Amino acid sequence: MENGDILNEMWHADGSARQPYKDFQSWFEGEDLSRLRAKQREAEDIFRLTGITFNVYGRAQAEEKIIPFDIVPRILSGREWQKLSRGIEQRVRAINAFLYDIYHRQEIIRSGRVPKEMISKNAAFLPAMIGVDPPGGVYTHIVGIDLVRTGEDQFYVLEDNARTPSGVSYMLENRETMLQMFPELFARNRVQAVQNYPRDLWRSLAASAPSVSNATPTVAVLTPGIYNSAYFEHAFLADQMGVELVEGHDLRIVDGRVAMRTTRGYHPIDVLYRRVDDDFLDPLNFNPESTLGVPGIMDVYRAGGITIANAPGTGIADDKAIYSYMPEIVEFYTGEKAILENVPTWRCSDSDSLAYVLDNLNDLVVKEVHGSGGYGMLIGPTATKKDIALFRKKLQARPGNYIAQPTLSLSTVPVFTRAGLAPRHVDLRPFVLVSPNSVNITPGGLTRVALKKGSLVVNSSQGGGTKDTWVLED
Amino acid sequence: MLGKTANGIFWMYRSLERAENTSRLVETGQRIALTRLGDTSDEWRSILQTAGVISGYDQHYDSYAGDTVIDWLLRDLNNSSSVQSVIRNARQNARLVRTALTHDVWEATNGCYMEATKHLTRKVTERDLPNVLGLVRQRAALVRGATHGTMLRNDIYDFARLGTFIERADNTARILDVKYYVLLPSMMSVGSSIDNVQWDTILRSLSANGGFRMEYGSATSPRDIAQFLILDRRMPRSLAFCANKLRENLHYLENTHGSDKPSITMAEDLVSGPLSRPIDDIFDQGLHEFTQDTLAKIAKLSRQIEIDFRFYE
Amino acid sequence: MRLNIRHTSRYQFDAPVYYGLQQLRKTPKTTQQQTIVSWETHITGGQKELSYHDHHNNVVELVSFDRDATDVTIESNGTVEVHETHGVLGPHRGFAPLWLYLRATPLTRAGPLCKNLIKDINEATPLARLHALSTSILDAAKYEIGTSHPGWTAEDVLTHGVGVCQDHAHVFIACAREMRIPARYVSGYLMLDDRVDQDASHAWAEAFVPDLGWVGFDISNGISPDIRYVRVATGLDYPEAAPITGTRLGGTGESLSVQIMVAQQ
Repeated sequence: MENGDILNEMWHADGSARQPYKDFQSWFEGEDLSRLRAKQREAEDIFRLTGITFNVYGRAQAEEKIIPFDIVPRILSGREWQKLSRGIEQRVRAINAFLYDIYHRQEIIRSGRVPKEMISKNAAFLPAMIGVDPPGGVYTHIVGIDLVRTGEDQFYVLEDNARTPSGVSYMLENRETMLQMFPELFARNRVQAVQNYPRDLWRSLAASAPSVSNATPTVAVLTPGIYNSAYFEHAFLADQMGVELVEGHDLRIVDGRVAMRTTRGYHPIDVLYRRVDDDFLDPLNFNPESTLGVPGIMDVYRAGGITIANAPGTGIADDKAIYSYMPEIVEFYTGEKAILENVPTWRCSDSDSLAYVLDNLNDLVVKEVHGSGGYGMLIGPTATKKDIALFRKKLQARPGNYIAQPTLSLSTVPVFTRAGLAPRHVDLRPFVLVSPNSVNITPGGLTRVALKKGSLVVNSSQGGGTKDTWVLED
Repeated sequence: MLGKTANGIFWMYRSLERAENTSRLVETGQRIALTRLGDTSDEWRSILQTAGVISGYDQHYDSYAGDTVIDWLLRDLNNSSSVQSVIRNARQNARLVRTALTHDVWEATNGCYMEATKHLTRKVTERDLPNVLGLVRQRAALVRGATHGTMLRNDIYDFARLGTFIERADNTARILDVKYYVLLPSMMSVGSSIDNVQWDTILRSLSANGGFRMEYGSATSPRDIAQFLILDRRMPRSLAFCANKLRENLHYLENTHGSDKPSITMAEDLVSGPLSRPIDDIFDQGLHEFTQDTLAKIAKLSRQIEIDFRFYE
Repeated sequence: MRLNIRHTSRYQFDAPVYYGLQQLRKTPKTTQQQTIVSWETHITGGQKELSYHDHHNNVVELVSFDRDATDVTIESNGTVEVHETHGVLGPHRGFAPLWLYLRATPLTRAGPLCKNLIKDINEATPLARLHALSTSILDAAKYEIGTSHPGWTAEDVLTHGVGVCQDHAHVFIACAREMRIPARYVSGYLMLDDRVDQDASHAWAEAFVPDLGWVGFDISNGISPDIRYVRVATGLDYPEAAPITGTRLGGTGESLSVQIMVAQQ
């Protein structure tokens, strides 16, 4: 059933539980399967009633769906986590230094570590950010680093999310749901808390307020609106932080600031946690067709009147072509070897790499450089001949749009099925908060799981589910 | 709070109130249909009028058969005031203002929507109708209960109450407007059972029959009914009660928003005008003119609230 | 030489403007070529919200219209001392990398006509090639007022064979970039010798030449800017250097009157 090379995070090959899962295992063995099945349904009811839903893209009538939740937690030991979090912090600091540099003197290009074309030909590079100094020097206030595990001690960074990473509400609601359904589990395991995230987020954003701000900055969350796929999360975070959830049409420029229309008049915003993409952020400066943004917000930003989190133009750091340079980037800015490894990546813009990729399409994962959400991607080993032929054409037509990576043997964690526990592939997205004086990583993160047997696609839009992620106190 | 949020709250509660009122109208209509022999299309027609949805109905149907009227009022999404439409709308607004609601209120609203969707996606059979109607009212009542029990008494709450009472006053005034003639003294035909049924209909469509009996016993007179539904400040659906609540809530908002708002003056006028005079004055002025005038004032007040509190730019 | 400049833009609307924002790039900076003695911008019917320096090092001012404005006037005036540099501005300054000025924009994308225009330009030095380019553009597109539209691309200009200063600058920029020479758009003022009232603000182009740095080319007049030119704003193309760009809600039936006076002090 499973290839022997694949790490099962719960069990050793001999059937005994790995250390972090020992307590869970003994609890599980004492449980009645029918009770657990009922709990699994109960979890779904909780999600539906709470409205933890997402809208599916590309459907006329926005349809709300829940992301399937699996009741088996994904458990990491404190020691495993410690190493990860050191690597994550190093990487996030490097990303911020890289962004500062790219929008200022571009020393990394002058030094030859990153070819000029990677930036000059990159649509994610935002000229309007050149020479801008974001308040507190922070570009990426919120980062999600996607990790996969392939061995006891082997984690890879799959991608960096430096624009507007989503999913943190699931991390929090998954924990709430588990606490509600299985309080006894938390009594026998010392699980590091994630619940402080909203407060930490507020603090972190407030610490990046511009100098014009009052002692207690006004923070707001900007959402594209209730039809956005992540609207629940936007409302959730605003609610949990106790700040306003605004849309573009609630905002305008008043006295040189971005201000929101309240029942008592316009009130200036100091820090805007925006969940609207760069292109749509400001019709005066970017896409004039956008109705989601605020005309003039970039002008206010450049004049120092507001903090936009994440800063515009951060996409240059999580671009998949730049990704392949991350080991160099980490080393250039931190002076240390990267603690977290990159997945070996072929840049198809390079003709030798392209030739290799075309010869080995059956074994590789091919991704669009600017794609996200698991769309526009080819997984060689499971793809049909037709898909492979299609991608061959795409690659030949626009090689610079693609990168390729080997298929990794992602680790598995069991999910609860009708028949009991069954292994499924997982990834992990830890969430990182960056403020001018600290980097804060919530223990754990969001574990996404491919619910289909053998599948490696964990994206919620394509049949993925989520799990509560535990980091144990050692 | 954001002007948009005040708007969302206002309409969320207007919609919930409307869901309840419309389901009550359907219930009343169904009761007449069951207790009366012969053609009931006039009754269904006046119910559509009361609900303010007759012009849309006329575009889709050419007769007033009970089942088509019920379907229009209850489920049809082409009718923006159908129970299904307004519950969707309430929930949509609740999502929009999620950060202004307590967890309990949101869950009650979402639960109301989920339950309504479950029962209203397919046509409701005559047998299921009482159950479904009861369920809608129960679920809406749960939202109201969660609101009372968990929401802070701040401006958010005030806008919720304003929405509720604008809608409720409007509904009561509409019922009176459509049926005013059966309450006119000249129309009184002693011993006529027809009028008794009409009076009963009015009271039932405002859930006022029990309260009325408690106050006036079984001796029904149209003047008493008018007094009860228009002026009785203990009756939670009377015009005077609603007007007074509107005034009260606007005054609460003065604390945070200042007292210079035209809507406050309008609410004062509504309370201190005919609603503070004896019922006979209203009859003298003309019940029809009174209801028309009141409907216009409510609509004007509602628009002024939107302006005073910057619901829109 | 000292020049006095007054530039007035008056917007009148049949229906009031409900909300309007304008970005102004109307403030010249002191450079090798010019010293700003005095400069100010006044708004009536609106207010200045903020100002900053953009990535081309332009002074940008954001102006909002008063609610329900029907008449908005933006007036800049000042005195500039101009120095003769024979069109040479000098070294590149600021964080914007030079390669940015090789990027095509929708208005400055070199198509077949631009490529055709440069295929015979083979002078020995970049500077000579740029002068040749300037000459051949004026041959290919005669200076003619009233035919071209502000939305014309470089290719459109060559297709029609006519244009004004903006059009010439766009063709020049497109071709220079196609020749791998960084180039940018300049908006500013030109004192015409025979008059004080000017018809419009002027536009020309700058290209980056090794050893010299940025050098100006006024294609329409077939010269490099001299002491009659005041340089105000630069960008990759007209929209990035335009004196006024904006957005508004309401305010239909706009009429715009522009008055520009440039006179020697």
